[in-house]
Amino acid sequence: MTLPMLFIVILLLISLVFNGLGTIGLHRFPDVYTRLHAATKCTTFGTIFITFTVIAYSTRQYILTDEAKFLNMAIHTLIALAALLLTNPTGAHAIARAAHKMGIKPKKAVRDDLEEADLQKKKEVD
Amino acid sequence: MMELTTLFYGAIAVLCVYIIICTFRIFLGPTAADRTVGLDTINTLVVGSMIALGAAMWETLFIDIAIVYAVLSFVTTLFIAKYLEGGESG
Repeated sequence: MTLPMLFIVILLLISLVFNGLGTIGLHRFPDVYTRLHAATKCTTFGTIFITFTVIAYSTRQYILTDEAKFLNMAIHTLIALAALLLTNPTGAHAIARAAHKMGIKPKKAVRDDLEEADLQKKKEVD
Repeated sequence: MMELTTLFYGAIAVLCVYIIICTFRIFLGPTAADRTVGLDTINTLVVGSMIALGAAMWETLFIDIAIVYAVLSFVTTLFIAKYLEGGESG
């Protein structure tokens, strides 16, 4: 096994490990907010590493064979990476905000700064 | 090169197992927000496996579909969150 291939294999293994950790975290944590924390961060990190793997793989093929379609593939994967980075954290933030507005309380939490801030704002309006 | 293609197919199989495990959260989740978290996780994993499939088969089209899927699933998540919020914010 050559060195570039070993590099690609290691990147792929990192991605699989982190995706697995995110999946386990989705089941082991007690409430919505901690589940969101585990699942979103770990799976985003893992999927970023899948895109890195594909970019490295197609760049290697481009250097070996000098065909344009491999370079094309690397650039498209880069765009997919950008889309993933923009959309994933925003969606997670929207879910957390919706859960708080639904009235779901964090388990074992002692104080809730967001609720206090909301009450303060309501008082100022009144 | 043949070995690497096999490796990508193996990675896709593992990702499919992860997706099936995530499906249990959608069935079990005590609140609607839990189910949405499971759906969001599945969407990310599907995008990742589509990109890996594109690399395994050397089809750039699959990666284009992955981009569109990522953006559409984002819009879906935003709408579900808006629905869960409820109230007069509309």
